[in-house]
Amino acid sequence: MAKAHLHRRYRFSASHRLHSEQMSPAENQSTYGKCNNPHGHGHNYVLEVTVSGQVDENGIVCNLVDLDECVQREIVTRFDLENLNMRPEFADSVPTTENLCTVVYDILKRGFGQAHLERVRLEETMMNAFEYDGS
Amino acid sequence: MLYLTRKAEFAASHYYHNPELSPEENRRLFGKCNNPNGHGHNYVLEVTVKGEVDPRSGFVVDLKQLKETMHREVLDAMDHRFLNKEVAEFATRIPTTENVAIAIWQRLGPKLTNAKLHRVRVYENHDLFVDFYGEE
Repeated sequence: MAKAHLHRRYRFSASHRLHSEQMSPAENQSTYGKCNNPHGHGHNYVLEVTVSGQVDENGIVCNLVDLDECVQREIVTRFDLENLNMRPEFADSVPTTENLCTVVYDILKRGFGQAHLERVRLEETMMNAFEYDGS
Repeated sequence: MLYLTRKAEFAASHYYHNPELSPEENRRLFGKCNNPNGHGHNYVLEVTVKGEVDPRSGFVVDLKQLKETMHREVLDAMDHRFLNKEVAEFATRIPTTENVAIAIWQRLGPKLTNAKLHRVRVYENHDLFVDFYGEE
């Protein structure tokens, strides 16, 4: 049996504001710059999910329909066209893309058992990307 | 461990020539890239740093600082330059994509203080790119 990695990309758009209650207005401004704008701003996020496993007798690592359904239900529906600051997942943390990355990883780790979750990668813009592998 | 990748672009010219080889050997090894008048590329640089997320800020690295470091150490030196003649490293090394990636690693590594350099990826064009992870 051969092991393979499968990558699947999804898209969602959301707004956020980077602001920490633990910081003074001046520190928030110096830490987050334009991202501290009180009205927030948005991104078209690209989420790349990587799962791995043995290629089975059907020639697949996992059922792609099931993976798509899981990611749609657990991530895309949850975050698409939402304000991340208002979501309970970020009640105690700043919705940086680093933190969004770990939130998405933890949700998918719990929610998808058909293959090993290797990594999630979030592209915030064409120039910035973040990856988390649970380590 | 969280990985952040920041992309940048620079345009530069170069040519490949090893002075220890004969003109014929240079032409055979490097083909059209041996033309001493040089030719150019739109390089795409991807710098990946790794670290733990700071629980206070939610950041793995100060992205503004990383961008500034990339600009100061790499783009200011290499953008719109003839690499062989204008970038110190390539006075003694051939500016192949491999050596460009290594030079960028050596420029950035010591300057990055709050996150660890994980990978330097340099695209010479869409179809050719090199990854360097530092000395093994």
